Amino acid sequence: MSNTKDNTIVIDPVTRIEGHAKITIDLDEQNRVDDARIHVTQYRGFEKICEGRPYTEMPAMTARTCGICPVSHLIASSKACDAILAVRPPKGGRNLRRIINLAQIVQSHALNFFHLSSPDFVYGMDADKADRNIFKMMQTHPEMAKEGIKLRAFGQKIIEELGGKRIHPTWIVPGGVSHTITEQMKQNILDQIPEAMAIAQKALRFFKENLPKFEKEIETFGNYDSLFMGLVNKKGNLEHYDGTLRFMDAQGNILEDGIDPRFYKDYIGEAVEEDSFLKSPYFKPLGYSKGMYRVGPLARLNVADACGTPLADRELEEFKALGKGKPVSNSFYYHYARLIEIIYGIERIEELLGEKQTLDENVRAHAGVNRNQGVGCSEAPRGTLFHDYSVDNNGIITGVNLIIATGNNNLAMNAGVKQVAQNFVDGSNVTDGALNRVEAVIRCFDPCLSCSTHALGIVSSRIELRNAKKETIKVIDRR
Amino acid sequence: MIKQKVRVKTFQINGIDVTGRSDSTILEVAKEHDIHIPTLCYLEGLSCVGACRICLVEIKGSNKLIPACTGKIKEGMEVFTDTDRLHKHRKMILSMIFAERTHTCSVCVSNGHCELQDMSVELGMEHSQVPYLTNRFDIDASHERFVNDPNRCILCTRCVRVCDEVEGAHAWDLVDRGLDTRVIHDMDDPWVESESCTSCGKCVQVCPTGALSEKGVSATEMVKKKSLIVNLLEMRNRER
Ligand code: SF4
Ligand code: SF4
Ligand code: FES
Repeated sequence: MSNTKDNTIVIDPVTRIEGHAKITIDLDEQNRVDDARIHVTQYRGFEKICEGRPYTEMPAMTARTCGICPVSHLIASSKACDAILAVRPPKGGRNLRRIINLAQIVQSHALNFFHLSSPDFVYGMDADKADRNIFKMMQTHPEMAKEGIKLRAFGQKIIEELGGKRIHPTWIVPGGVSHTITEQMKQNILDQIPEAMAIAQKALRFFKENLPKFEKEIETFGNYDSLFMGLVNKKGNLEHYDGTLRFMDAQGNILEDGIDPRFYKDYIGEAVEEDSFLKSPYFKPLGYSKGMYRVGPLARLNVADACGTPLADRELEEFKALGKGKPVSNSFYYHYARLIEIIYGIERIEELLGEKQTLDENVRAHAGVNRNQGVGCSEAPRGTLFHDYSVDNNGIITGVNLIIATGNNNLAMNAGVKQVAQNFVDGSNVTDGALNRVEAVIRCFDPCLSCSTHALGIVSSRIELRNAKKETIKVIDRR
Repeated sequence: MIKQKVRVKTFQINGIDVTGRSDSTILEVAKEHDIHIPTLCYLEGLSCVGACRICLVEIKGSNKLIPACTGKIKEGMEVFTDTDRLHKHRKMILSMIFAERTHTCSVCVSNGHCELQDMSVELGMEHSQVPYLTNRFDIDASHERFVNDPNRCILCTRCVRVCDEVEGAHAWDLVDRGLDTRVIHDMDDPWVESESCTSCGKCVQVCPTGALSEKGVSATEMVKKKSLIVNLLEMRNRER
C-alpha cells in the first residue's frame, strides 16, 4: 500500500468477488471521503456477439457469460426462448428447471458464505489480509471449511445429476429440458438432503451467534433506504423461477405488484455511466437515483410475504423482525438472507422431488418461432435476471438485452461503497482493515461482474485514492 | 451378365503388401486392409473430390503428397500414411479449416457429434497454428426444417454431392472463391425459395459439422445418421 499524499484511493481489483472491478475513493481538501464508486472495467460485449445467431444457441451462449451461475442464465434464456416459441414447458420440465435453479442458488450461496465471506466473520475485518481466506480457514476451522465444500458440492451434484455436466449443462433447452430424470437420480439427491440441511442450519446458527461482533458494520454496511425488487409467486411468497415482479419501498409499501416481467421496460430504466461498463438500472416511476433498488437474497426476503416452507419460514420470521416493521435494509444482512435461502432451497428441492410430475416422461414442448420477441426472467443467486431477445421470423437474433442481478444492484452497491468509505476510510491514514471493509460491502452483494457487464466482469480489486482535483494519488492493488 | 475382367495391382502401404482392383483409390485399398487414414470430405457412397486434403499420404520416390481419397493405386508403389511429415501437414490443414470459419463448439448444435471436432482430437490439435479470421456469414434459417450456418462450414461439398448423386436434385452448389466460398441453393436463393430442393434432408445428415442442422435443436443435440447414404444405396441396388 502506498501513502496518501494526494487524495484518491482506488481498490482494483476487488478481491474475493467474481470478475474485475476497481473502486475509487475521492477525498476532499480535508482528506475526508467525499465520494466512492465501483467501476467495472471488463467489457465483454456479449449482446453484440449474439446477433445473427439462431435463438436456439442463446441458452448455451449466455451460460458462457458466467462460470459461476451458468444455470441461472440457462433458465432465464430458455424462458425467453419459450416466449419466442409461445409455449409453456410441461409441468415435469418446469419442476426440473426449478430444482436445478434452486441447486444453483444453494451452491452459489454456499460459495459466497463459506469460501468468500466467512473469513471476515471468523477472523474479523481487521485481521491480516493474508489470513482472510479459505486456505487459512482450512487450517484453523477445518470443519467449517469442509462443510462449506460439502454444501456446495450438494448443489453441484444435483446440477451434475440433472444436467450431466457441472459447469455448463446444456440440459435446459427452449421448451423445457432435454431429458427426464430417473427414480435412481431422484433418490441420489434425496439421500444427501439431511446432511446438507444440517450444515446449512449449523452455518445459520454460527452466523446469528456472531452477529454481535459486527454491530458497527451492520449499522454502516450499506445501511440506507432503497427500494427492493424481486419475484413473488401467486401467493406473494418467495419465488425463484417464475412469478411476477414486486417493488417495495424502504418503508415496506408495495409500489408495484403482479408485474409480468414481459413488461419490465415499463418499470426499469437503464442508465449508462461513463466510467463503468455496468449499466445502472432504476425503478422508472421514481426516476434515476431515487429509483435505486436492491435485488438478491435480501430483497427477495423483504418483498416476499413468506417462504412457503416450514424451516425457512421460521427463520424468515426472525429475520423480518430485524426490520422492526420495515424491510431489512442493512446490506450486511444479505449474508443472513443467503443462509435462509439455502435452507429454503433444500426444503423446496425435497418438495419438488416428491411431486409425481417431476418424473413425468413429458418434459419438453416443441414449436417453431411464433413471436418475434421473448423475455425470460428468473431469480439468480444474486438477484433478478432478465433476458430479452428479438428474433426475425426465422429465429435469427436481431437484438439482445440482458439485465443481470449485479447490474440491478449497481446503484445500491455504489451507495454502499460510499457509505462504508465515509465511515471507515481516513484519507490521511488508510488502513488495510478499512479497505477490506470497502470490499466487504461489495461482497455483501456477492456481485458477479463478469456477466453483469453483458457481460462486463467484477470482483477482484484495485482501490484508487484521488484528491480533490481528481488526480490519482495512490493505487492499492489487492490481488 | 458378362463379367468385366478385373485387374489387380499389388503395392505396399506402410511396408505391408496389399492388393486392390486396378481402378481403386489408395483410401479404398487401405480400408479393405484395415489401415486407417484420416478423412473429412470423403463419405462412403459419394464420389471423391479431394476437397479437404486431410487424407494426404506420402509415396516413396515422390516429393508430392497426394490425397488418398482421389489418388489411384499403382503397381509396386510404396505408400506411407503415418509419418511425422504427414502429421505436421494434417495438423496445419486442420488449423486452417478451423481458422477459416468460426467454430464455437460449446454452443454448437453438433458439439460432441462433430466430425471436425473428432478430427482435432484424432490429430491431437490443441490450438490453431494460424490466427482465426472470424469472418461472419449470414445464417440461412429460412427453411421450415433446416438451417444452413456457413460459419461452421468446411466446404467439404458432401451436401453438394449427395444432393446431386443420390437425391438427383443438384439443388446445392458453390459460390464465390477462396475464403468467401459458400454452399448455396440455386442462384443463391434463400433455402425456402429453392425450386430444386426437395427438402429430403440428406445434405443435413451427411454434413460433417454443425453447418447444416435441423431447425430448433439446441447445442449438442444434432446427431446425424452417418450410415444413411450407404444403407440407401444398398437398398436401391437390391431392388434392381
Ligand atoms: S461444427 Fe464442429 S468444430 Fe465447428 S463449432 Fe460445431 S462442433 Fe465445433
Ligand atoms: S454445408 Fe456441411 S456438407 Fe456442405 S460443404 Fe459445408 S460442411 Fe460440407
Ligand atoms: S478426405 Fe481426401 S481430401 Fe478430404
